[in-house]
Parts: sequence; C-alpha cells; structure tokens
Amino acid sequence: MSDLTNLNLSELRSGLDEKKFSSVELTKTYLEKINKNKDLNCYIEICNDISLESAKDADKLIASGKKSKLLGIPVAVKDIILTKGIKTTCASKMLANFIPPYDATVTAKLKEDGAVIIGKTNMDEFAMGSSNENSFFGSVKNPWNKERVPGGSSGGSAVAVSAQLAPLALGTDTGGSIRQPAAFCGVVGLRPTYGRVSRYGVVAYASSLDQVGIFAKNVKDCAAATKVISGHDKYDATSADIEVPDFEAEAGKDIKNLRLGVPKEYFVKGLNPEIEKAVKDAINVYTKLGAEIVEISLPNTEYAVPCYYVLAPAEASSNLARYDGIRYGHRAKDTLNLYELYCKSRTEGFGDEVKRRIMIGAYVLSSGFYDAYYLRAQKVRSLIYNDFQNAFKDKCDLVISPTTPTSAFKIGEKSADPLEMYLNDIFTIPVNLAGLPGISIPCGFDSNNLPIGLQLIGNLWQESTIIRAAAAYEAETQWHTKFPEV
Amino acid sequence: MIDENDVNKIAKLAYLIVSPAEKVRLQKELNSIMEYVNKLESADVSNVKPMSHVLGSTNVFREDVCATSLSNEEALKNAPDKSGRFIKVPIIIDQGGEH
Repeated sequence: MSDLTNLNLSELRSGLDEKKFSSVELTKTYLEKINKNKDLNCYIEICNDISLESAKDADKLIASGKKSKLLGIPVAVKDIILTKGIKTTCASKMLANFIPPYDATVTAKLKEDGAVIIGKTNMDEFAMGSSNENSFFGSVKNPWNKERVPGGSSGGSAVAVSAQLAPLALGTDTGGSIRQPAAFCGVVGLRPTYGRVSRYGVVAYASSLDQVGIFAKNVKDCAAATKVISGHDKYDATSADIEVPDFEAEAGKDIKNLRLGVPKEYFVKGLNPEIEKAVKDAINVYTKLGAEIVEISLPNTEYAVPCYYVLAPAEASSNLARYDGIRYGHRAKDTLNLYELYCKSRTEGFGDEVKRRIMIGAYVLSSGFYDAYYLRAQKVRSLIYNDFQNAFKDKCDLVISPTTPTSAFKIGEKSADPLEMYLNDIFTIPVNLAGLPGISIPCGFDSNNLPIGLQLIGNLWQESTIIRAAAAYEAETQWHTKFPEV
Repeated sequence: MIDENDVNKIAKLAYLIVSPAEKVRLQKELNSIMEYVNKLESADVSNVKPMSHVLGSTNVFREDVCATSLSNEEALKNAPDKSGRFIKVPIIIDQGGEH
C-alpha cells in the first residue's frame, strides 16, 4: 500500500471516510516509509507507538460516523511546538530531554480534530537559521538533492511533506522559516497573519514575529489545515479575536481583476536569473487568468534585514533568558555557585548561532546602545509596515515576488559566514516585520532540478485572497504534482 | 566597533562563557553583523513611532479568578534536581565567587 503516501489530504479524507483504508493502515505505511528514510534526518522523534494508538482511536470515531477534516490523518509537528508527553527539544541540547507537561494550543486543536501526530520534525536550533544546519541532532537533507540544504528553520517539516513522509506538517515562521524551506523543497508553505494562530505552547524565539503555519502538498490542503489551527486563544494575549473564514472555499474562485503588485526593489541585480524567469513566467500565468499586474514600490526594503537582525535577536535574548538550568532543561554539573551554574548550563546547552543571536540581542538592548539600535529598528519597522499599507491601500490586493534569492544551496556552503546566511531571507523578512500573511508555492525548477518558490503576500487577515490567487495559479500549472524520489 | 572588552561585557550580560579562541571569532562575527546593521542609520525615521508589534493590542486581561493549573508533580517533571515538592538549587547565600 505504498501509494497511500502519494495521496493528498482530500484524497486521504475520502479514502478514510469511505473505508477504503484505515487510519492504522495509513499510519503504519507512513511509519514504514519514515523509518526507511532516516538519512534525510527530518524527524527528531518518530511517534511509533503513540501514533498507532491515536490512529486506532481515529478509526473508532470514523466508524461511528464522526466527520472532521484531519480525523485519522498523520501530521508532523515542528519540534518547537509543545506536545504533552512527547519529547520537545527545539533541536537543542538545552532541551534534549524535555518532555512537556502540556500541549500547545495548536497541538490541542490538531488532537481535537482527530489528527494523528506522527513525529516531531527537525529544525534549526530554537528556530534560528535558514538552512537546518544548526540542529543539535544533525542537519536535514533536501530530498531533491541530499547534498543540499532544505532551508530553515522549519527544514524538517518541509522535507517531511516534500519526501511524502507526512501529508501535512506544522512549522513556525519568524523571518521566513516556513516559506523559505517550502521554496527550497518544492511544497506549499503558508505563514498566517500575526495573531491568526495561537502561540501558546510554541517555544518563543521572537514574540512579535513568530507565527505557526502549515506545509502541504497543495494550496487546498494547506488552506484546510490552516483553518483547523487558527482561532482566538485566551492563553495567548497576542492572538486576535477575529473570525476564521473557510479558507479552503477560496480555492477555485475567480481572480479576474485581482491586482498583483510587483515590488521593483525585489527585482534588482543579484537576483538569480533562473528565479527571476520563473517568477516572471508565473506573473504571465496570472495575466492570462485575468489578474492585473501593477508595479509598486516598497522603498524601505533595504532596511528590512538589518531591522530584523536587531529586533529578533533582541527579543530572543529576552526569551531565551529562561534557560538557566534551574527549573528544566540542561543543568551543568560541578558548578561552584549559582552564577557559574547559569553560565555553564547556557554555554553547554546552546549552539553557536543561538549564542551569537543572544549576544547581538544583549548588545543592542544594552545601556548606551538601546536608542541607536533597538529603538531605531522599531521605528524602521513602522516604515516597512507603512510601505505595505500604502501599497495595499489603493495599488494592489496582493504582492507577488520570488520567495528566495537562490535555490537550495549546498550543505556547508554558507555556514562559515553568518551574514551571508542571513541574506537568504531578504524577500521573506519584510512580511514578518509587517505582521502580514504570506505563502510560498512551487513555480518551477532551476537547471539543477531544484525547486523555485513564488511568494504571495496579503494584507492583514487576507489569507483568503492569498489562497484564492495561489489556487488559481496551481490549477494552471503542474509544479505542485512533482515530488522527489525517495 | 566591538572590541575584546565589549565581547566580555556582552557575554556577561548574556550569562555565557566565551573561550579566548571564541572571543576572537565572535568579535569578528559580531562586528560584521553590526556593520551591516548600521545601514539603519540612513533610514529616515523622523516621522514614525516605534512599532513593537503589529496588532497594537494592549492590556489583555481576564477576571481575577482561580483556574486549573499544572500539578506540582507535572511542573517538576523536568526539574534537573528535585526534593519533594521543590526544585533543588545551589546555595545562594554567602557562597563567594564572582557576582
């Protein structure tokens, strides 16, 4: 029954409801395939027993006539999201043996809908990275070419869906960590509006930028799963009390006269010509479908990445202060006093990139530098937010762009220079700073047969418009039907 | 320009121990990153307020009523060292040493 892993969510849903196969059979098939593909290293924890228990429960509910979108469907969860009783490590030595005593709200929502949590996916440590080379549990490999990175920080989740080791996966996106790996792995990845999905139980990296989102094989699946995890949560003071539309219903709707803004600052010298061509071809498809293409300007684009690398590390330095070896996590041995316990535990527990960002954060927040860096960066954030609001006000309904400046690079190629690594996120970071929703969908392959991603950015709460446009493009193309051989 | 003294100060703020070799590397890396960040100086921020987060929500309160919480046992499950209902920590009074 190995073809079960080739099915998408809609096909799995009807297959399960029509009793063509059971959730236990489906889960077993996935577990077998996952265990055969350990070299991709996309799972930190494979929930062999727990998933089969959940699958059994799901089968009982299906038999009793219960209907819900994810009932009996295996879902992979990024290891930054708390799952009660299942080790949650954030790919760090600091939390290598941490077993959460409670579920994140998104985990609880998955379980309530009857999803089968099949495993915890690998990631860059504490979500800091763009290549999944910063994991305590080893790098994740791109299934399109195992010498290449899958992107990060949600590399494991992107690979799980791309290699068809799960039909759906949860990730988080703070500076592009869903969209960029989605582009590198040729799958769909949606980052919802900030506040759309609860962050309760999601280990915080940068609290004003983090959002949980979905990886899927196609736009409709992504839309369906996004609705399941969305919604106001009283446990997350930053979650918005706003109704969640039926995102899936947008797929198939007309996009005539939809205005797509092409930011001139994104198409500069240095953009890989193959990526530029793929995106321009996609724009032509949209023209054919009746959309209107408008050139727009986002004049403060050049400040987005430096702005992010002040704000995100600053927030991270505060969020990661809790890892002190006292209540949970790694505690160093043989320390003489409390101060040494703090320092040694943190030094032993954190990897290099995490330490680097904590230190940058501490620096930009420190007395004498706060105004010049942190306060200034917060003002620049307003500039970037305003750029998008001006474009959406009367020029366009969505912004269209490449997701990444290059396709997947080789493992080790950019890890020597942190700054070179940071520049991978030039097209994704502005979206997080402005709190906007954004999707990456496959739009082609380069001459190395590596996937290329197209990004669509909507205004606040406009996931529906994004889904509508993304689905329309997908209906005209075949990129989303291609998966690597594993 | 971040010098060796700055690296020491930052490490102290971050509660991290940095070896001499790491200090050399970090000084280079942090300077490279901060040089890039200095780009922000040319942005015109004269007419904008700082934005800490997008939604602008403030003071999200609930009623001051007791609700269920983790049990002591659950809360201590991941404690590196415990004794009864407590987490065990080093003595913090009159221990000597730095800080």
